[in-house]
Amino acid sequence: MKILVPIKRVADPANANKVKVSGATVTHDGLEWVMNPFDEWALETALRLTENAADKTRVGEIVVVSIGPKEAADTIREALGKGAERGILVEGSDAELDSHVVAQVLAKIVEKEQPDLVLMGKQSADGDSNVAGTKLAETLDWPILNYVSHVETADGGKTLTLKRELDVGVQTLKVTGPAVLTVSDRILKPGTVKNGVTPASFEYADLGDLNSRLSNLKNIMAARKKPLDETTIAALGVEPARVDTYVGFKLPAGRSGNTTYLESVDDLVAKLQTEAKVL
Amino acid sequence: MTDVLVVAELSLGKIRKTTLSAIAFAKTVAEGTSGEFDILVIGDGAEDAADEVTGFGARKVLTAAIEGDYRCEAYAPTVAAVGKEYGVLVACASTYGKDLMPRVAAKLGAGVASDISKVDIDGGELVYTRPMYAGNVIGSLKVTTDVQVVTVRQSEFEPAAESGGSSDTEEVDVVEADVASRVESLGIEVVQSERPDLSEADVVVSGGRSLKSAENFEKVLEPLVDALGAAMGASRAAVDAGYVPNELQVGQTGKVVAPKLYIAVGISGAIQHLAGMKGSKVIVAINKDKEAPIAQVADYFLVADLFDAVPALTAAVKKAKG
Repeated sequence: MKILVPIKRVADPANANKVKVSGATVTHDGLEWVMNPFDEWALETALRLTENAADKTRVGEIVVVSIGPKEAADTIREALGKGAERGILVEGSDAELDSHVVAQVLAKIVEKEQPDLVLMGKQSADGDSNVAGTKLAETLDWPILNYVSHVETADGGKTLTLKRELDVGVQTLKVTGPAVLTVSDRILKPGTVKNGVTPASFEYADLGDLNSRLSNLKNIMAARKKPLDETTIAALGVEPARVDTYVGFKLPAGRSGNTTYLESVDDLVAKLQTEAKVL
Repeated sequence: MTDVLVVAELSLGKIRKTTLSAIAFAKTVAEGTSGEFDILVIGDGAEDAADEVTGFGARKVLTAAIEGDYRCEAYAPTVAAVGKEYGVLVACASTYGKDLMPRVAAKLGAGVASDISKVDIDGGELVYTRPMYAGNVIGSLKVTTDVQVVTVRQSEFEPAAESGGSSDTEEVDVVEADVASRVESLGIEVVQSERPDLSEADVVVSGGRSLKSAENFEKVLEPLVDALGAAMGASRAAVDAGYVPNELQVGQTGKVVAPKLYIAVGISGAIQHLAGMKGSKVIVAINKDKEAPIAQVADYFLVADLFDAVPALTAAVKKAKG
C-alpha cells in the first residue's frame, strides 16, 4: 500500500495566542515552526497502516509532500525520521497558497505518484479552513472521507471500512479506493487503525506518544539519507492563482473585565444571580 | 445584486436548526445587495422536509430527493448544478457543511470562505470575517470567483425567524456521479438527546478529564446540566478518554459555542478548548487549580474540588429555580 501524506509547517499552535498581525500579514516572530498537528496524526495513521507493528517492519510506502518555503524541508525530514520513505518539497511562498492552489498542486503529485490513499489533517492549525482535502478529492474525482476515527484496510488499501465523526453521530462506511481521508481527533486511540498485517492482538500506546518514533537515533540517521525531491509550483504546471484574498487581519478583542475568584458555592450563586443575572 | 442559495441540512428527514443560521446569512446578503435567496433541500425525505422552510421569505424552495444516508459524493453534483446560477452558496459550518461545500466549490472552481463569523457588504462586495489560529487571529477575506461558497459558524449567526408567507417549492433534477458508487454508508448512529443541542443552548456545562470517568459525568455533572436546563459539553481530553461521545466536544475541532452561561468543570483550558467557548457571555470555571489557563477567559472562578462543588451547586440551582 502506498500512501501520500501532505504535511504543512505551521507556527506552534500551542502558542497561537502569541501570533501578531500587521495589516494583511500575520507574523510569527519567536515562534517555533512545527508540523501541523492534524497532519501529524494523519502521518502516524499512515505509518500504522504501512507497518507490521509487532515485528517493526515496513510493509508499505509513505511519501510525504509539503508545499512551502525551503525551510519546510525540515518538517519533511521529521516525517522521514518517523519512518516515511520519501519526501517531496514543492517550493512556494505561503502567500501564494490557498486551498485551491494547494489542491491543484497535490493533484499533480497524486497523478505522478499514484498512491492508494491520501491521508491528511482535516485542517491546518493556522488557517482552520477544513477545505483542501475535499477540494483535492473532487479534483481527482476520488471519494473524500473527512473526520475518520477508525480505518481498516483490505486488499492493500483498495477496500476500506471506516467510521467518521459527524455532528449528528458516527457514520460507518465501506469505500473503494483510491480515496482521500482526513482524520479526527480520535484516530490514534488504541484499536482504531487496522491494516490486516499487524496482528489483531497488538495494541498501540494511547495518544500523546507521537514522538516515540523520533527517539530512535537509527531512524534519524537513516532519515538524512532518504530521498527528498524538490520541485516548484510552476514546474508542476500549476498557476499559483489564488481564488481568495485576505484584506486584513486583527487580533480578537480580549474579554472585558477580570476574573473574580470565589471560595464558596454560595458566593458563586450570589454572583450569578445578582451580578451576572444568568440564574 | 447577489442571489444566494442556502443548502439545507437534513437529519432523519427533518431540517436541522443549523440551516436557520445559513438562512440568516442569506437574508443579510440578499437584503444588503437587493438580491434574493432560495433554499435547496437535498437528501432523504427532502420533499416533506421542504415544508419546514417555506416560511422564511425565500423566493423558492427547491427539492432534490436522494435516498439513503448522506454522502458528499452523492449530493455535490446536484448542489453544483443548481448552485452555478447563484452568486453565493451557503451552508452552516457543521460537519455536513464543511464536508459538502468544498466539494461543490471545487466542481465550480469557486473559492471558499469557511466557518465565517460575520459578513459585511462593502460597495456590493462581500467581506467575510473568519476566526483563524484557533480564534487567536481574525481574518477579513474576499473571495474572487464568480460563485462564492460560504459556511457560517452557527454560534455567530442568530437563527432566522419565520417571516410569514409561503415560498413555492420546485423539484430539481438529481445529477449523479460515478464516484458516489465507491462510497457505501452502512449507517449513521444518530445520537438523540432530550437536552438542548450544544450549539443552540443558552447554558452549557462542560466537563473535563478531572471528572475521571463516564460514570462521574453521569452522576456528578448531569444533575447540574439538567437542573440548569443546559446542554452538556466536554473537553477533548474527556472525549478522548471515552467519557462522553465525540458530538459533545467543544473546541477548535469540535463545536463552537457562545451561550449566555458557560460552566467549565474540571477543564484546564487548553488553547484549543478556549477557541470553542471564549465567545460565551458569562464564563464560570470550577477548578482546584487557580493557575489553570481557563482563568484567562473566566469571569468567575470557583476554586474548589469539583466533586464537592458540583453537587452543592446543583442543589443551590434547584433551590434558586424553585
